[in-house]
Amino acid sequence: MSDDLYREAILDYYKHPRRKGHLDAPDFQYHDHNPFCGDEITVELKVQDGVVVDAAFDGHGCAISQATASMLMEEVIGKSLDEIKAIDKEYILDMLGIEIGPVRLKCALLPLKVLKAGAYGLEEWPE
Amino acid sequence: MSTADRTTDLRNDFPILRRVLPNGRSLIYFDNAATSQKPESVIRAMDDYYRRYNANVHRGVHTLSEEATAAFEAAREKVAKFINAPSPRQIIFTRGATESINLVAYTWGRAHLRPGDEVLITAMEHHANIVPWQIMQEQLGFTLRYAPITDQGLLDLDALPTLLTERTKLFCFVHASNVLGTINPVRDLVAAARSVGARVLIDGAQSVPHMPVDVQALDADFFAFSSHKMCGPTGMGVLYGKRELLEAMPPFMGGGDMIREVTLTGSKWNSVPYKFEAGTPAIAEAIGLGAAVDYLQQVGMDWVHAHEREITRYAYARMAEVEGLRILGPGPEARGGLIAFTLEGVHPHDIAAILDRAGVAVRAGHHCAQPLHDRLGVHASARASFYLYNTPDEVDVLVDALHKAQEIFTL
Repeated sequence: MSDDLYREAILDYYKHPRRKGHLDAPDFQYHDHNPFCGDEITVELKVQDGVVVDAAFDGHGCAISQATASMLMEEVIGKSLDEIKAIDKEYILDMLGIEIGPVRLKCALLPLKVLKAGAYGLEEWPE
Repeated sequence: MSTADRTTDLRNDFPILRRVLPNGRSLIYFDNAATSQKPESVIRAMDDYYRRYNANVHRGVHTLSEEATAAFEAAREKVAKFINAPSPRQIIFTRGATESINLVAYTWGRAHLRPGDEVLITAMEHHANIVPWQIMQEQLGFTLRYAPITDQGLLDLDALPTLLTERTKLFCFVHASNVLGTINPVRDLVAAARSVGARVLIDGAQSVPHMPVDVQALDADFFAFSSHKMCGPTGMGVLYGKRELLEAMPPFMGGGDMIREVTLTGSKWNSVPYKFEAGTPAIAEAIGLGAAVDYLQQVGMDWVHAHEREITRYAYARMAEVEGLRILGPGPEARGGLIAFTLEGVHPHDIAAILDRAGVAVRAGHHCAQPLHDRLGVHASARASFYLYNTPDEVDVLVDALHKAQEIFTL
């Protein structure tokens, strides 16, 4: 069954999320939700020598928001704080590889919003 | 004429139903609980006002202003007859049901509610009938209580006697739930409120568009509804109130139209309903609502109600066939024309996105009823809501698309 929005990789990440759950003693944790649809995402990172060495998300929501969160957690491993701040909308859309309308774009960008809202509050990684 | 023929006929009245979507699909509009579509006659009535007699009301002595005022006040009369209000003076025009409820909270509430008093609402309210009371509770110090619902999604009537006491000053409840579809037993609830001397406010946003409503038979103290869910324009709503309550209430907002006399030391209020209608009102929208009332009356509210029951019964049976589909709320006999549901393994947003590809418009989310979703133990739901122009064939397209959603997500 082919459907552009629900290409196989996205469904796979939704049904079998990677990096879902919680880390032991994360160095960084941030949580937010979309009040209009109720989707919720928590992001946790572990940092060593200025780069992310472990990442996990938790939450609930639609296939787009949850699959994006899962993919994004894989992407942030090895990245510095500045590199994380540089991740933008285009980066997410390339990662997903789908055309997405303005309404569902919010779903796709929620994990990034959570990650960056947390990261932007930081001058450097927490000790 | 059979129901099906009648529907085919009525569909021609709604230009938007001829719309073909960008993907080539015909529009199947099942988001009527959010807002209904508008018949040609409503669109034309508003257009006609702007083209022929656009002027402010209650002010000018010129021809256009007189015509505009007459049409504006005629709309008020139509609305009064439609819900059997004793007088058009008891029809206050607002921006919608939300503003109507806020009006009561900010005026009657401020004048009557004190620490020690209680306001009772229910666990199945729309945010519009929760948040104004929470805001007022903060300011006035009364206690807000919630009447629980049963697992079937009906109001738990057994819990009422302990919740309604001599401390209860106001009982606010929804006539027809926008999520469960439950139609509440208004007369029983009003009688229960009366037994402790409490006033009642009824949220009729999902009842007035879909069934005959008689505010006197219901013995409502306050009754709120919106124009845009009943074939009328957005930005328009109604608050009905009992005459003596409205007369005694302080004004809502200050400005033009609501005053009789203004001096530098104070002002005297205009009479009801103008006391509550500060500023230039939504004139075209009132005229549009009047046209919507004409339209619904010509169709017949008994017919609308019967038609929706038929569609809902059919949809309920067909949707129940879908494996893993959970319908929120009571069985088809106890509900109005909407079905909110969840589908195992498919988030409501994804349901709505896949249905949209089939041309079917439904709502997904918490439908402005978060506490209710918490009570039901679901984060969100999808909702198909029907109106006079929907057909069983459209329900079949919905059900096919639900099967497709399931296929996409389980393969």
